Amino acid sequence: MHTSIIEVSSLTKLYGNFTAVDSLSLSIEKGEVFGLLGPNGAGKSTTILMLMGLTEPTAGNIRVCGLDPVRNPIEIKRKVGYLPEDVGFYDDLTGLENLRYTARLNGIPELEANTKAHKLLYDVGLEEHINKKTGQYSRGMRQRLGLADVLIKDPEVIILDEPTLGIDPAGIREFLDLIIRLSKDEGITVVFSSHHLQQVQQVCDRVGIFSKGKMHLCSLSEKDINLDELYYRFFEGGPKNEN
Amino acid sequence: MNCIIVFLKEDPKMKIKNTDKLRYAFRAIVFKEMGDHFRNKRMLILFGIILLTCIGSLYTAISGLKNATPAEETESSFFFLKLFTLSDGTLPAYFVFISFLGPLLGIGLGFDTINSEQNKGTLSRMLAQPIPRDYVLNAKFTAALLVIAILFFSLSFLVIGAGLIALSIPPTAEEFMRIMCFTFVSVIYVALWLNLSVYFSVCFRQPTTAALAGIAVWLFFTVFAPLLINLILKTLEPSPYAPPYSQYAFQQFQFAIIQLIPNELYSQATSTLLMPTIRNLGPLTIEQIQGAIPGPLPLGQSILIVWPQLTGMIAVTMACFILSYLRFMRKEIRSR
Repeated sequence: MHTSIIEVSSLTKLYGNFTAVDSLSLSIEKGEVFGLLGPNGAGKSTTILMLMGLTEPTAGNIRVCGLDPVRNPIEIKRKVGYLPEDVGFYDDLTGLENLRYTARLNGIPELEANTKAHKLLYDVGLEEHINKKTGQYSRGMRQRLGLADVLIKDPEVIILDEPTLGIDPAGIREFLDLIIRLSKDEGITVVFSSHHLQQVQQVCDRVGIFSKGKMHLCSLSEKDINLDELYYRFFEGGPKNEN
Repeated sequence: MNCIIVFLKEDPKMKIKNTDKLRYAFRAIVFKEMGDHFRNKRMLILFGIILLTCIGSLYTAISGLKNATPAEETESSFFFLKLFTLSDGTLPAYFVFISFLGPLLGIGLGFDTINSEQNKGTLSRMLAQPIPRDYVLNAKFTAALLVIAILFFSLSFLVIGAGLIALSIPPTAEEFMRIMCFTFVSVIYVALWLNLSVYFSVCFRQPTTAALAGIAVWLFFTVFAPLLINLILKTLEPSPYAPPYSQYAFQQFQFAIIQLIPNELYSQATSTLLMPTIRNLGPLTIEQIQGAIPGPLPLGQSILIVWPQLTGMIAVTMACFILSYLRFMRKEIRSR
């Protein structure tokens, strides 16, 4: 299947004189897991915000699910789930209540929302903490709740901004497995941003390496590509390997 | 249940379904925000303060009424309204208290509307849901407004109830309508301060900064603005021997400049509504008074007198709301 669900052409975003994203072109196909790899401040989050219609591009065209996020942000938000970096919940509500609130915002009927929320909390492995206040959740639990929160609207695409930040290695493994399973079982397109090469290698079909607002595309299925080398070249001097 | 889900999923009229969904989402935000307000400890403290002042001024009013008023006057002199306006000097009257504490309530309800959501990281998650961005602001404002309205109307009914028990005279229909109008004006007045603090909550990232900014404006208008206006008026005051037209112009100017203070607008509006004998707010010439029969005004006329004040308060409220709206719609929301 070669239908692209996200189409970006010569996308540019300026903040004053600073070029956050520099004439970026990108096409992501339905059902694939796409990684945005790059150091902090390379323009990954800005690109994601523009995909979601949360900030306006300075120039360029975007099509997500055939819609323009500048003109039609609400329709896109119906189809695309977005997990922001360092997601927050209402601390005085339980995990289940937080999910039900999101469901209400999506206009999902109460009964359906309830069954869905239970199922999703079970799927992400939070079934024991359903009635615990999210203020007591650990970072990893919050992140998993965030994934459930994104999935409750039955999205066609999910965009995860640095979802593994602050989770311990075992938790990361679990989280990534969850993402792979989702994309395989439900056919959801996943856009995944990270600054860890290993994580991206584990889950993604293709990667866009970001550096200073520019992007270099490469496919991980072609074995002859030396991703490490590319990565180091784009990171200029190489990142500190935290994993 | 399954057929409902199927029905909702495969409804061919996408447009209607989506607007229903939006209305549903709007209601969801309003209910959640109202629940938050009522559960919040900060709100309980503010409600407590207002309830205490209400009880205090009611007590002084009732004891004053029992001692002072001759019995035969009760029918004609809007006896019941004195519950809200009478004071024996130890505590200010209820409506004076509200003009002073109302702003605090409004600021307390609004100062962390947007910035706390952003600091918690819930705002970007909320904006990623399929709702228009202004729903967040509108629904939060609606929720706070409903909370204020519930609070003030229940307080007014409590005062009426307490008055019934203590005085054993029921309010007349006109008195009741005047009390309702007074309550409505109070709600608008608090909404003004609420909107101001919502604006600050959009501007400032730290809730404490927003709260302080709101309190600064409040203090300015209750303490410094009267001083400043006095200063201006003293320098402009014509001599007692100045020609009458300049005296009259000065009086007009004094009346106009005082109305820059929202507290003053509120007390003018409420005192006129609660004291039917007040016939005019600005300066009057002898010719205007000539032939006037002293006596209480009907409610419609009282409302007509305070119409400019009401319009002014609503206009300031809207201006604050529009400012925060513009600022919020253009804001780029990043996570935390």
